[in-house]
Amino acid sequence: MAAEAPPRITEAGHWGREVRSDAHVAFEPRDTGGVEIALESRVVPYYGNAILEQSRGVLDELGVKHARVSIHDEGALPFVIAARLEAAVRRSGAALGKRSLPAQHSQPPASTKDRLRRSRLYLPGSEPKYYINAALHTPDAFILDLEDSVHRDEKDAARILVRNTLRAVDFGACERMVRINQLPLGLEDLAEIVPEGPDLILMPKVEDPQQVAEVDRMIGELKSRHGVIRPIWIMPILESALGIENAFPIAVASENVVAVTIGLEDYTADLGVTKTLEGRESQYARSRVVNATRAAGVQAIDSVFSDVADMDGLRRWGESSRALGFEGMGCIHPGQIRVVHEAFAPTPPEIEKAQKIVAAFEEAQEKGLAVVSLGYRMIDPPVVQRALKLVERARAMGVIW
Amino acid sequence: MSQRPELAHNAAGRAVPTMVNGKPQIPFLGVGKFQPRGRKSGPPIRSNKDYPDNGDKRLPDLETALRKCGLRDGMVISSHHHLRDGDKVALMALETAAKIGVKDLLWFPSASFPSQKGAIELMEKGVIHHIEGSMNGPLGDYCTQGKMRGMGVLRSHGGRYQAIQDGEIHIDIAVIAAPTTDPFGNADGSHGKSACGSLGFAFADSTYADHVIVVTDNLVPFPCVPWQIQGNNVDHVVEVESIGDPSKIVSGTTQITRSPDRLLIAELVAKFLRAAGIMKNGFSFQAGSGGIALAFVQYLKQMMKDDGVKARFVRGGSTKVLVELLQEDLTDYILDGQTFDLDGVKSMANDPRHVATSPFTSYNYHGKGNFASLVDAVVLGATEVDVNFNANVVTHSDGRLLHGIGGWQNCLFAGCSILAVPSFRDRIPVIVDEVTTLTGPGEMIDVIVTERGIAINPKRQDLLDAVKGSKLPIRPLQDIKTEVEKICGKPARPELGDRPCAVVKWVDGTILDTVWQVG
Repeated sequence: MAAEAPPRITEAGHWGREVRSDAHVAFEPRDTGGVEIALESRVVPYYGNAILEQSRGVLDELGVKHARVSIHDEGALPFVIAARLEAAVRRSGAALGKRSLPAQHSQPPASTKDRLRRSRLYLPGSEPKYYINAALHTPDAFILDLEDSVHRDEKDAARILVRNTLRAVDFGACERMVRINQLPLGLEDLAEIVPEGPDLILMPKVEDPQQVAEVDRMIGELKSRHGVIRPIWIMPILESALGIENAFPIAVASENVVAVTIGLEDYTADLGVTKTLEGRESQYARSRVVNATRAAGVQAIDSVFSDVADMDGLRRWGESSRALGFEGMGCIHPGQIRVVHEAFAPTPPEIEKAQKIVAAFEEAQEKGLAVVSLGYRMIDPPVVQRALKLVERARAMGVIW
Repeated sequence: MSQRPELAHNAAGRAVPTMVNGKPQIPFLGVGKFQPRGRKSGPPIRSNKDYPDNGDKRLPDLETALRKCGLRDGMVISSHHHLRDGDKVALMALETAAKIGVKDLLWFPSASFPSQKGAIELMEKGVIHHIEGSMNGPLGDYCTQGKMRGMGVLRSHGGRYQAIQDGEIHIDIAVIAAPTTDPFGNADGSHGKSACGSLGFAFADSTYADHVIVVTDNLVPFPCVPWQIQGNNVDHVVEVESIGDPSKIVSGTTQITRSPDRLLIAELVAKFLRAAGIMKNGFSFQAGSGGIALAFVQYLKQMMKDDGVKARFVRGGSTKVLVELLQEDLTDYILDGQTFDLDGVKSMANDPRHVATSPFTSYNYHGKGNFASLVDAVVLGATEVDVNFNANVVTHSDGRLLHGIGGWQNCLFAGCSILAVPSFRDRIPVIVDEVTTLTGPGEMIDVIVTERGIAINPKRQDLLDAVKGSKLPIRPLQDIKTEVEKICGKPARPELGDRPCAVVKWVDGTILDTVWQVG
């Protein structure tokens, strides 16, 4: 059976009254006549010429010599326009494997294995309006999501958009995560994303350590092929009963796994129970994740809290989550970030106590004593270690200086 | 407009017409430089004898009232925007005038709204010659497309009062929409089915116009208490079925912005006020009705509670958010120029600490002082700001009319004037090399708060010192501009026409800038 011919006109992106910071491109290849571009945009008086010039450059890089292109722009930034053009051209099959990469913004320093991961802000992979200001809300990390927030017909376009976003947007000190799709689709995501050196790949619906190993191998290959030397960490998401049962083997499946998290919507659906505000139904699974990650020496990260209007509920969830042993959770709205940071910060009495222990420890070190004591009480080495870690974390969080 | 008027360059370096609608104009001389002498203008002398002893000034309809006022070609008819987009009275009056058959009226609204686009037809028919007052939406486009016969004149609320007192505009007939009135003409805005709160915008008209008609849909027996408009200034009272659409007069709920980026700006504003030491016991502030302005009050409120600080007064546009400050005893008074939501209307009706004010008390240039300069801090918006802190609120950056000036210019006289703006909107940078239309001189603007940082006017060393050592992201305005241009690209400058279609007045009546014909 012959492959179906691509449609004569291919499209990508979005436009309309409700759309902001995006663009829609309709692309029609032709055999002669050069490139013709029709542009509609509110910003024509300011950026009309710039958009036309940019579009010609992008089409040229993609090897397009003759085409009719119509662009409906809704105030999209250049990296978005480029992504929508490329998606439309690639959908037509005309790009022949060529890419058009926007200029590379200077990358932040490479991420470390045990950095703070209190909050990770989800950014849907097909909603460019959220990207440019995401870092202003200072989450510890953001996730460019290619999985559940992207319609299956949009996966290819989202991949290109996310790739351009990683190159062009300044995300400040935030860790830059990408959630790929389940394998095998996720492998296509990696091919587009890994060359841009994201800090961490989130793997959805992991049930088997083999899946992690496969992704890890693929990342390794792509890194060496594209000369990426930054580490790219992995955070598996456990979203099923089987995934939870395999938490430990998954956590140790690769040395690049730095954290394991849990997806409660899918997990509770798998159990056939209702997700509640108190989360009793997932208590076991969450504790299991914490235990497995501790055993593996990586971080335990909690799910998201989905009612963005309920800040008190979020705070309670975050505090109980920290009490269970989690070090952070996901955020689906920037307004949640501060509450999450507060919930995962050590309390003042905890800090005070830890500081006393650290002082006693330093004093003992200075005196060359093996035993640390506070008043008449001897402090066990693990307690000292915990205090040292807590003070270091509190400092990193800016809770103490 | 048939011929191009002569232009002069004013003290702000802007080219402005020297003649507007047949009247010679004074180009802007600099802030506080223009002080006209002479005497205030006034209404004609009247005697009690001309009015019924029983105080019943009712007439059967608006047509009779307008005829009694001697309506004729070329007169100045004024109206007010306290019913906002729900107002039916202004168009009712103008359409009645059309029915009577007069031509070439000057419509002098305190502001116009999109629902009054019927005025375009009246201009096409020649009933209205031109509009002096804010125009936006369809009316704004009509003006900036150069279709209006006269030139638009944009004045601040205080500037409108000044123009009336100076006699630059003499109102022949003021038509005042009143949610409650008695037959004598005492009128109040905070009661009745069309309650809107303050009637302050009509105050000047009621005292300076030759004739004053009050139109109501809620007539009560004398006395109407409280009275914001004094019946002693009123010639005629007309009862109609409805003066406005209540759903558009006030919004049922007050919308605080939910945009995370705008909330970030709002929070920075509140943090700035605290860090700069402006938020202290007995202080005062003014907040507009925009989403950012409302949200900033929410953040400030929490800080006031945390620090045990109470304001002496806050100035509205009142909304639920301000009313809550009053109810929670975080301010002694609300001094309210305009009431934006039902909570505000209710509060003004029931709480004696919620006081209606007018442009006379608040903003007037020819007053013996005004409240605006007594306010410690004001938070406003803008469409554009340049690197010298000059700002534009009246036009889009492509030159089309967008907003009236409102109280914006007058509020710049506060102790600390803050513009809370996103650094770009839909790729269009807000911080520019030169504003399209100068509405506020940079020397009057102290702080620009964006989501990318806070810029303090270098002229305000005291503010720079006050926040030194704070963790606030204080940055030069040029820095923020450069960052935004890196994101958006440097915008081309839209081409404006060379034919003036409106002028922007400064608070003292001099001409600050010109709005040029586009399209």
